[in-house]
Amino acid sequence: MKEILTLLKQNARLSNGELAAMTGRTEEEVAEKIAKMEHDGIIRGYSVIVDDELADNNMVSAYIELKVTPKPDCGFEEIARIITTYPEVESVTLMSGGYDLGLTVRGTNLRDIAAFVAQRLSTLDGVLSTATHFVLKRYKEKGILIMEEPHDERSVVS
Amino acid sequence: MIAYDQILSKRAQAISPSRIRRYFDLAETMEGVISLGVGEPDFRTPWAIRSAAINTLERQAIVYGANSGLMQLREAVAQFMQRRHNLSYDPAHELFITVGGSEAVDLTFRSLLDPGDEVLITEPCFVCYAPLVTMASAVPVELPTRHEDAFRLTADTLQAALKAHPKAKLLVLSYPNNPTGAIMTKEDYLPLVELIRKTNMMVLSDEIYSELTYGTKHCSIATLEGMHERTIVVNGFSKAFAMTGWRLGWMAGPEPVIQQALKIHQYGIMCAPMVSQRAALEALTHCDDEVTRMVEEYDHRRRYMLKRFSEMGLTCFPPAGAFYLFPCIASTGMDDETFCEHLLYEEKVAVVPGGAFGDSGKNHVRISYAYSLKHLSEAADRMERFIKRHTQENTAK
Repeated sequence: MKEILTLLKQNARLSNGELAAMTGRTEEEVAEKIAKMEHDGIIRGYSVIVDDELADNNMVSAYIELKVTPKPDCGFEEIARIITTYPEVESVTLMSGGYDLGLTVRGTNLRDIAAFVAQRLSTLDGVLSTATHFVLKRYKEKGILIMEEPHDERSVVS
Repeated sequence: MIAYDQILSKRAQAISPSRIRRYFDLAETMEGVISLGVGEPDFRTPWAIRSAAINTLERQAIVYGANSGLMQLREAVAQFMQRRHNLSYDPAHELFITVGGSEAVDLTFRSLLDPGDEVLITEPCFVCYAPLVTMASAVPVELPTRHEDAFRLTADTLQAALKAHPKAKLLVLSYPNNPTGAIMTKEDYLPLVELIRKTNMMVLSDEIYSELTYGTKHCSIATLEGMHERTIVVNGFSKAFAMTGWRLGWMAGPEPVIQQALKIHQYGIMCAPMVSQRAALEALTHCDDEVTRMVEEYDHRRRYMLKRFSEMGLTCFPPAGAFYLFPCIASTGMDDETFCEHLLYEEKVAVVPGGAFGDSGKNHVRISYAYSLKHLSEAADRMERFIKRHTQENTAK
C-alpha cells in the first residue's frame, strides 16, 4: 500500500500496469488497492503541478498567516472549514508556533488577494490578525522541481 | 627520434583500451543522445556524507594518514561487513582502505601473481580484470557463464576449468555482477566451494554491488566453510553510497595477503584520500536509510525495465543485483556491436555491447537503469521502435 502511494506521489499518472510491474503485483491487485485507498479517503484526489511561468498564467499566490481565537467546543475546526469553502484558497493547515492557520491563496492579481484578505478573511468571526506574504517564485512543490532538472554530469557510457 | 614502440612496456602495449570507450566516443559526437550506458548511480552522494567532507575541509589539516586508512574507518568497515554480510575481519591486520575497489583488485593480483600464473576469470565481467592480470605478468583464463544459467558460475564450468588449468592460482568472482545483474546465492556457491576447497587456489570476490540486491540479501562466498582463509573480498563506497568520484574502497582477507598488498599500496599510493575517508565514515555509520531508499528506487526501475523488455520480445533473465539488465538481442538478427551502433544512429540511444565484457556476453547488451523513470521510459520507447523495426526486417528475410 505504502509503496504504491510513494510511487503515485511521484507520478500520479503511472498506469496500473506500470505500478504492477514496479511493485511486483498484478494489475488487479494494484487496481484493488488504489480503489480501497480512494474509498477509505487515504487518497483524497489527484492534481497536477504546473509551472505558471511556462503556462503563461499570470496568477498571484500568497501565503497568509492567520491568528484566530479557537471556539470552546470545536477549536479551530469550524473556522478552518469556513475558510476551505472559498475557491481562491488552495490549502489550509493548522500550525504550531507563532500563528494558527496557514493558507495559500491564489488570485489573478495583487488587488484580488488584498481584497480577499480585507473583505473575507479579516472579517471572519474569531480572526485576530493576518499577515500576507506574496510568492515571488516557486522552485519545488510536492517533491517536484519547478525549474530545470540538474544536468546529468556522468559520461554517456562508463 | 625516440622509438617509443621499443621503449614502451610490451605488456602495457599488449593491453587493448576498453571497448566501452568506442561507444562513448561515438555517442559524445552526437546531439540528443539518451544514454542507458553508465555504470554509476544517478543519485547524488547523500547530503550527510558531503557535509562530513565539508566539515573535514573546514576543520582539519588534510595531511597524509596511515597507509592502511583511518583506524576508525577500518573499524567501521569491519562492523559493516559483520552487520551486513556476516563476515568477520580484524580491522588492524585483515583489511585496509584503498583508492576505490579497482586498486584493491589490482593489489590482489600484484600480491599473489608471478609470471605465467593462471587466473580464472568469470565472464562476462567488468573490463578491468584481464588487463590487470596481464600487467601482473600472469595469464587470464576466461570462465564463461551462460544466459540459461542466469549468468551464474556452475560447478561443471569450474570443474572443467580446474581440469584444464590445475595450477590456477586465483579465481575471480564478481557478484552481484556487472554487466549482467546476476547474483550468486549460498546454494549456488556450495557446489563451487566443494571444488575450490580441494585446491590451493585463492578467490578474489569483487563485491562492489553487494548492497544492491533485490528480494534477497547478498551472500559473500567468504562466509562459506573453509572460504574465509582463501578469499579476498573487495568492496567500496561507490555503488552503495553513490560515491563513485570519491574513489574509496577496501580489501579484506587473510593477513598474509593483506600485509603483502598493503606493502604495495604503501609504496604506490601512500594512503587513500583523507577527505573521502572522513566522509566514508559518515556513510557507514549514518546512511543505512539512504541506502535502503536508493535500493527501493532501483528495484522499481528494475521491474519497470524488465516489463518493457519482455514486451519488446527480448529474452532477459530477471537480474537480482547491481543496476543492469542484460537482454539477449539475437532475435533482431544483429550482433551486439551492430545492434549498439544502429541503435545509436537510428534512435540515439546509447547502450553497451555485451561482448565488451567478454565473449560470453556477445549477443547481449548491457542496459543500465541508474536513471530517472522518465528517462528510462523515453529510452525504452525508442528501443521498442527500433526492435520492432528490426525484428520485422529479420523475420521478412
